[in-house]
Amino acid sequence: MARTRKAVEAVPSGGSDNAAALRRKHQRDRLRTLGFLSPWLIGFTVFFGYPLVATVYFSFMHYNQIEPATFVGWRNWKYVFDQMPLFGPALWNTLWLVVVMVALRVVFGIGIGLLITKLKTGVGFFRTAFYLPYLAPPVAATVAFVFLLNPGTGPVNEMLGAVGIDAPNWFNDANWAKPSLVMLSLWGIGDLMVIFMAALLDVPKEQYEAAELDGAGSFAKFRYITWPSILPIVMFAVVTGTVQTMQYYTQALVAGKLASGVSVGPGTTIQPGYPDHSTLTVPQLVYSLGFQNFNTGAACVLSLVLFAIAMAVTTLLMRKRAGLLTAED
Amino acid sequence: MTTTALPPRATRASRPTPTPAQAAARARRKSVLHWIAVHTGALAAALFFVLPFVFVFLTSVMSDSQAMSGDLWPHEWRWSNYADVFNTPGFLTWWRNSLLYAGLGTLFTVCSSIPVAYALAKFRFRGRRGAMILVISTMMLPPQVIVIPMYLVWAQQFGLSGSLWPLIIPMAFGDAYSIFLLRQFLLTIPKEYLESARVDGCGEIRTLLTIVVPMAKPGIAAIALFQFFYCWNDYFGPQIYAAQNPGAWTLSYGLESFKSAHSVNWNLTMAATLLVMAPVIIVFFFAQKAFVEGVTLTGVKG
Repeated sequence: MARTRKAVEAVPSGGSDNAAALRRKHQRDRLRTLGFLSPWLIGFTVFFGYPLVATVYFSFMHYNQIEPATFVGWRNWKYVFDQMPLFGPALWNTLWLVVVMVALRVVFGIGIGLLITKLKTGVGFFRTAFYLPYLAPPVAATVAFVFLLNPGTGPVNEMLGAVGIDAPNWFNDANWAKPSLVMLSLWGIGDLMVIFMAALLDVPKEQYEAAELDGAGSFAKFRYITWPSILPIVMFAVVTGTVQTMQYYTQALVAGKLASGVSVGPGTTIQPGYPDHSTLTVPQLVYSLGFQNFNTGAACVLSLVLFAIAMAVTTLLMRKRAGLLTAED
Repeated sequence: MTTTALPPRATRASRPTPTPAQAAARARRKSVLHWIAVHTGALAAALFFVLPFVFVFLTSVMSDSQAMSGDLWPHEWRWSNYADVFNTPGFLTWWRNSLLYAGLGTLFTVCSSIPVAYALAKFRFRGRRGAMILVISTMMLPPQVIVIPMYLVWAQQFGLSGSLWPLIIPMAFGDAYSIFLLRQFLLTIPKEYLESARVDGCGEIRTLLTIVVPMAKPGIAAIALFQFFYCWNDYFGPQIYAAQNPGAWTLSYGLESFKSAHSVNWNLTMAATLLVMAPVIIVFFFAQKAFVEGVTLTGVKG
């Protein structure tokens, strides 16, 4: 509509030139749009389209990054799915983290959001205190947690020991390493806290008052008023959390490396996943295959598996959040 | 005797309707209890969020020998640990590299994402919806998926491995997350402003620079902050491209090697950790509003 109206205004009052002028106008509009979009069109083609095609290509090649690549058909795919010993643990750890970490973060985020909206005194202080850890750079936060939870001199185990609790070895115990990572992720709940806080404040107050008159308790109020109105945000948090957790890399890698005590530095080649592959995630395996073992083909197969899962989740997000795309000015 | 043994609920129910004064007193008592419960919960949560910072700080000023013990409180406050961190070979270089990566990366991202976000928010063209789907898809893509071919191109065709340029250059071509966020923000600018600019004879570029950019300052501030933090925090990128060359390491990447260089000295490692956290937290306090607005924008608008 808008375009037609503008076009009509732009047309000179000549008459027979109308069609030509309209075409010129359309062409100018198209060029203008292309011009504004060009940075991203180039970026998308060069830094997304090309490497994606190349990843598919390399997944069918044997290539050690020195000798020329040779075609090997499905051999890399068969290797990854049938023979590679670490594929199972990596996939399991990633799925475990997706389920447990995302669920607990959402529950904790809602809890902290509720707590803040109920506060009457010191709201600013608490909000800042709860938010700050989210800002800590992931490597720094992980280094801090490896120190806090270290079994030898860590403050957490010192305090637990002082009250007579037999504390676990956290990052040095295959059963506790992932829960320790979850705790680290709960410490950085700030992003979800802000989103849920905004959603909770958006719930109309009259609904709560009406429910109170009907004698509804706190649980009933949450179940029948709060929950339905924050559900879209919960869905959003679950899906974006899933996408983020599938990329989970830095914290798991740094925690494993530091806790293992193996010296790291230039040319480091230790295999990720300490202790006992318990912190090995799919992205770490891609890195390890591609940049430590130089098995380019297998690394590309694994990349494509990760890509397929990410796309499936993204499609779900598009369905649930169609409003993001159709929203008009 | 029997009446006192009754459970409180029944007692209350059997009581005659309270006078307004009694009801008000009970309501006040209830709200005081509620206040105490909520704030006790908040304090407990605050301990969980703040104590890690406290312990990291306390350890960062301990002496070497004390840092190896389990003591929680420093016997002597050794501020010189921080000087020692700065004097560690490489630390200032990492600092400079982090600033270079985050500074240039942010500048490039903002400049290249503004026109794209504007076109996606305000122009009508065929394929607009498809373009948005592609932007969101790239946003969701794990960086590991495309890293191998990209690394091969940068290392083999351009010889740029061992530097941060393979991370900075792509940011001059738009960043999906920034484009998406800014587009959401630009949708809120009423189109009457743009139309009146056009009536006044402004071209699209002038409209963008003189009308849209000033109005979108909060949104631009938010994407700039996010991108700065993203670069400052990035570990995967520097690990891929800069690992071979310690001269190109950033703080986030170098910090990890700090512990092994000072194998037993948690005190120096904790001082370095705080020094890596500090810039981000200082920036946050100066730009709190823009930041929270940005986070809210990702989840709630649209």
